[in-house]
Amino acid sequence: MLLEINGLTGTPGGPFRLSVDAGECAVISGPSGIGKSLLLRMIADLDDNTGEALLDGALRETMPAPQWRRQVIYVPAESGWWAAGVREHMQPAQSTLPLLPRLGLSEALLDVPVSQLSTGERQRLALIRAVIRKPRVLLLDEPTSALDETSMLRVEALLKELIADGAAIILVTHNEAQAHRMATRRYHMTSGQLEEIAV
Amino acid sequence: MTPINLTPGDLAIASSLVLLCSVLSLVLSLRVHRALLVAAGRMVVQLLLVGFVLRIVFQLSNPWLTLLVAAAMAGAATYEVGARQDHRLPPPWQFVTGGGATVLATVTITVLALTTALRPEPWYNSREALPLTGIILGNVMNAVSLSLDTFFSTVRRERVAIEARLTLGSSRYGALQGVSAQAVRTALIPTINVMSAAGVITMPGIMTGQLLAGMDPIGAAKYQILLMFLIVGGNCLGAFAAVYFAIFRLTDHRDRLRLDFLRSRRG
Repeated sequence: MLLEINGLTGTPGGPFRLSVDAGECAVISGPSGIGKSLLLRMIADLDDNTGEALLDGALRETMPAPQWRRQVIYVPAESGWWAAGVREHMQPAQSTLPLLPRLGLSEALLDVPVSQLSTGERQRLALIRAVIRKPRVLLLDEPTSALDETSMLRVEALLKELIADGAAIILVTHNEAQAHRMATRRYHMTSGQLEEIAV
Repeated sequence: MTPINLTPGDLAIASSLVLLCSVLSLVLSLRVHRALLVAAGRMVVQLLLVGFVLRIVFQLSNPWLTLLVAAAMAGAATYEVGARQDHRLPPPWQFVTGGGATVLATVTITVLALTTALRPEPWYNSREALPLTGIILGNVMNAVSLSLDTFFSTVRRERVAIEARLTLGSSRYGALQGVSAQAVRTALIPTINVMSAAGVITMPGIMTGQLLAGMDPIGAAKYQILLMFLIVGGNCLGAFAAVYFAIFRLTDHRDRLRLDFLRSRRG
């Protein structure tokens, strides 16, 4: 298994158990406010939690937290931006350019102030910002919630390509059709518990 | 070069200005006369009291007594820094962070000045050591207050942006770099303004005092320059130390941002 979660316990409850291998996409669904985002934050080690998380069999405590987060990147539903322009966030810059048109974004967006981006543009740029850092696991929190059908399918095509290249994805979505298209494993979250269900 | 000795009569004439202001306040119902008189009264009592204490301390010239007075000043500064923050760390960290940074910077700069430029004889001569400690302490206290206030309020406001950097693999220092720089910059702006305006727009307090007391203007200027350099050094060191302590207390060993460690005065 590429990513294994064992007995993870924290604010959203637990213990949670979940695993996803390279080339897989695990979809988590469940009612709003049940703590799906908090679960992803725990996996990325952003909130205080206990339990085991392993990447390729290595416990996350064996590496510094930033090193863990570079390999297991969490992309929240609402992205944060620390500089005024888009370009400053895109490192390495050269891998950004081919991805922009694939998600229906223009290259000129790189020179636009973040404050002038639309919600949908921000959402796609936040995904690109994570992808160019070449993580092994992506934790995606409703990555297409602000997108129209066409853009959503473009994002899904990119995600499928990443999976084919050996990445793993944990995807939180409320869109049943999307879950159907993407999932190789499915989990249903109820208060404080995670249950594996049939795909 | 004899210092001008003010008589109680001289002070009485000057104090009539405060009375005049109070009368104006009464006549025009500005309702500021009470606060004005109380503050003026406090100022007179406090300064005379300090004068008498310092006279005794100077005469005894005992290093322990000097240290004791300096420690009392540092304690008061620590309390002030801790008590004034809108957002603060839970006790004892609010005092350790603010007070620790203030005392660290003040001690470093004061010892540096006493052992190099000033070199009083003996080194603990309280006539030099205590006023120097006081002026540095007061300035560092302001710088530390400003830096912590800016740091805490900016971290709260910019939480999402800071966490965005963490999720992409920045360390806590990397993720908080922009916020820390902003906090140190804010703390140093007043000092930079004072230095730029010194002599042209305002005559700094120390220099004014020395000129009035009859010192040669060039000598007074040199003294003021030395003090400004010491103050800049102290403010810089204090602001850096405070922000560094604050980063340390607002994050944990897994480089998480822990705003749950922060207490707010309102809500």
